[in-house]
Amino acid sequence: MTTRMVGAPVARSEDPRLLRGEGRFLDDLGHDAYQVAILRSPHAHARILDIDVTDALEVDGLIAIHTFEDLPPRLQQPMPLLIPHPALTAGRTQYVLADGEVNHVGEAILMVVATDRYAAEDAVERITVDYEVLPAVVGPENALAAAQFVHEEIPDNVAAHLQQTIGDAPRAIAAAPHTLEFRLDIERSASTPMETRGTYARWDADDRRLRLYTSTQAPTSVRAAVASFLELPLAQVECIAPDIGGGFGVKIMHPWPEEILVPWVARELGHDIKFVEDRREHFISSNHERAQVQWITVGFDDAGRVLGLDVRFIHDHGAYIPYGLIVPIITSTQLIGPYKLENYRVTFDSVYTNTVPVTPYRGAGRPQGCFAMERTIDRIARHLGLDRTQVRGVNFLQPEELPYDFGLTFQDGRPYCYDSGDFPASLAMLKTLIDWDGFEQRRAAAAAQGRIIGIGMAAYVEGTGVGPYEGGHVLVEPGGKVQVATGLSTQGQGHQTAFAQIVADQLGVAFEDVEVVTGDTRRFQYAVGTFASRAAVMSGNAIHLAAVKVREKALKLASDALEVDVEDLELAEGRVRVVGSPDTSIDLKVLATLSNPLRYAFDDSARIATQFATPADPDAPPVGDDEAPGLEATDYYSPVRSTFANGMHAVEVEIDPETSDIRILDYAVVHDCGNLLNPTIVKGQVLGGVAQGVGGALYERMAYDDHGQLQNASFMDFLIPYATEVPAVRIDHLETPSPLNPLGIKGAGEAGVIPTSAAIAAAIEDATGIVIDAMPISPSQLHERRLARPVTAGEGTP
Amino acid sequence: MSTTDHAATATTSPGGTPSGTDVEVVVTVNGVPRSATVPARRLLSDFLRHDLRLTGTHVGCEHGVCGACTVLLDGAPVRSCLAFAVSIHGREITTIEGLAADDGTLHPVQQAFQDEHGLQCGYCTPGFVMSACGFLADEPAPDDQTIREGMSGNLCRCTGYAGILAAVKQAAGALRTTGADPRAKHDPAAGGQR
Ligand code: FES
Ligand code: FES
Repeated sequence: MTTRMVGAPVARSEDPRLLRGEGRFLDDLGHDAYQVAILRSPHAHARILDIDVTDALEVDGLIAIHTFEDLPPRLQQPMPLLIPHPALTAGRTQYVLADGEVNHVGEAILMVVATDRYAAEDAVERITVDYEVLPAVVGPENALAAAQFVHEEIPDNVAAHLQQTIGDAPRAIAAAPHTLEFRLDIERSASTPMETRGTYARWDADDRRLRLYTSTQAPTSVRAAVASFLELPLAQVECIAPDIGGGFGVKIMHPWPEEILVPWVARELGHDIKFVEDRREHFISSNHERAQVQWITVGFDDAGRVLGLDVRFIHDHGAYIPYGLIVPIITSTQLIGPYKLENYRVTFDSVYTNTVPVTPYRGAGRPQGCFAMERTIDRIARHLGLDRTQVRGVNFLQPEELPYDFGLTFQDGRPYCYDSGDFPASLAMLKTLIDWDGFEQRRAAAAAQGRIIGIGMAAYVEGTGVGPYEGGHVLVEPGGKVQVATGLSTQGQGHQTAFAQIVADQLGVAFEDVEVVTGDTRRFQYAVGTFASRAAVMSGNAIHLAAVKVREKALKLASDALEVDVEDLELAEGRVRVVGSPDTSIDLKVLATLSNPLRYAFDDSARIATQFATPADPDAPPVGDDEAPGLEATDYYSPVRSTFANGMHAVEVEIDPETSDIRILDYAVVHDCGNLLNPTIVKGQVLGGVAQGVGGALYERMAYDDHGQLQNASFMDFLIPYATEVPAVRIDHLETPSPLNPLGIKGAGEAGVIPTSAAIAAAIEDATGIVIDAMPISPSQLHERRLARPVTAGEGTP
Repeated sequence: MSTTDHAATATTSPGGTPSGTDVEVVVTVNGVPRSATVPARRLLSDFLRHDLRLTGTHVGCEHGVCGACTVLLDGAPVRSCLAFAVSIHGREITTIEGLAADDGTLHPVQQAFQDEHGLQCGYCTPGFVMSACGFLADEPAPDDQTIREGMSGNLCRCTGYAGILAAVKQAAGALRTTGADPRAKHDPAAGGQR
């Protein structure tokens, strides 16, 4: 029997190519293309009075300059609002090039095309733009105060106001024995993948056909957008996501202005065109996330049971809102975490500011929600003098209560309903993994040496695998290779490996014989995209279903050819064989040939196939009504609703008594994403997420000044963790399979980042006794807080 | 607004700008003499990627922080985004393309990255591999902390570094066993195979 691949830590098939330097990332393509540079606004808010390009015309290598006025009418329309919502009453999106007004530093004003990027940048530098600078709105509270307006016609700066409720929170809080009220702040961060954005277009004038390569998480949607803006038949546009150097959400945004401009100008000039963003551009023109201010009121009983929770928050979505309310809606719902909340009210305002727009970054609103809920639970425990894990325990939904429908609406417009999980079991595993109960001894031992240490934890539930669908195509070639395609694209998740594992198992073929293509509309036209930890769940299951169909087709063909009942056949080692007498068999590749009534004897398998050809019924068509030539199948997976993964993190930190330097001593993760397709890949996803979470907790903040200037738009100043900042992480998996899909899997991509800030805040608070209500926190901020507090407050023994 | 006809007069190598300050740069890359005539301001990273079309060297920041562009210059790791191509005239460069054996067999550092899941998207990977080769030449028997510090000049946004650190450790062991120079092209015949 062939060894089962699904669930095994199979080494990734994409690695050798990437390790030899043979990757094909966006900027590795199109060496002969003209290059684009964009002139971007230096002001957060301004009217454009005049643009003078005279000096730029002298630049050697200049090809063309385009402003808004030079664009055809279709390109002068605002970019799409991708996800409308009834509450989104004042939605604004940007133009591909600014139409007389700019609303954030970095907004695209004009496009220069030149023979190379050096020349294009030379030209940009020589263009003079006259601005009337307008007052900038920076920060969520300033936005809501509405002394100035981002968009003149929206006088409160509010795009949407939304409330969701379960039960009656204000009433439950009023009746509760204890109440607490407090505020939390989360700063801006961003995905910052190591590869910036890029787009490369080739226009074939003879075929009137466009090929677009772009570093996107949603190639089928980019294709549709480009076809629409360029007024081309969909059939004349192909979009390919090549190797992508990380996405983490920012590359799900589409279309970017450059994804429209580059193909348009390629067609205009009849020449290959490429745009590759530099790092500073990425900071000021590619989207950010996270920033929220939250106000929380909670009522609870003596055991710490939450009786009512009332949350209000402002979500800063920046200058435009192309992605709708996805992020704040996720915060609103996923905030609940693993707890049974019967009285909950959440209200948010999504506000405009003169800063880079906000769209999902890994976690997509969940880290903020988790921060709110977990800081709340810790406050309750502190107030009552109870162990923090104990307070979590009394609030958990119990496994027998699942599936549990909260009565809220999730990001996909479907019921917010947890399908699976065992939170008490996860907590027990976590406590063992980090030795929670032994911590007080460790604390005492450390204190005896003058060291300050603390422990904290945080739990989350993550809706993954959101719909509406993904598809998969599986084809057995007459040569024996199995070709697999799915429409969504890959940014390092190892799809090529994981999807090949699924198909190898279904068809009983060698893993090496399965070739997977993702993100190429020439191979698969219908797809949604890679986001919301959905690729493995959605495309994995779609490919599985397609492979099952191919398997059934192979069995039927073999049954006819061998004259054996289907029940007596099995697929293994690249063949269909008779159970119990494996020598009676037929190769899958021969079946692939047999499946096509036209079989010229081009090769051996075609010659072999003829010997099995059943005598044709002269009265029946060679391809029957419900048949198709080829050993192939396409299928789609479309779940009724999302599947919910969950997990818990615990962390031990040490605070330097002199400098308040924060060091992570130990980090433990318990993670439940259902069945694991490939434990190595899942572990990698979790570890990568934790590293980003550590960045968000301790280092990463987009530092805007009052004028809307981003003060730290480089890796020199915006600190993402190096190896020295990321702790060793220990992981334990609990596998409660999802009942919603055939593979029993749940998404894993975002999990690692969600509870990290909350857990680290809890540990710092536990170490120092100082309430942590804002993230990230730097040693200097912590130091000031420690200096400012009364001397009587003890440290190390809170 | 305006379209000029400069395209017709652009005559330099692909990606080149016509200029009076073009310079011929002759270097040895991965043991092979290479040359190209480029503007004086051409970055070494662009020279490798676009003039020599060795696109394995990546660019993540172009300001010397991320390490994605790391190559070996006369055997020592340097950031190719911080050097001008003209400044390395006559010298020797090793890039990621110069490590695997001619038959494609992975170099021990590359193999270790695969074995230890030291890469996800693979964008930072060439820089890490080149840094590791330079590091292991100086530190053939590093302990865990030395590896962590030695690899702390490169950024990875995907992996959380655990797999990378484990890979460097594995590679150190493999290279010590064979005695091969970590910076040399892999030679399976010389007992270089793990
Ligand atoms: S590209 Fe050279 S250090 Fe980042
Ligand atoms: S593997 Fe993606 S940045 Fe390192």
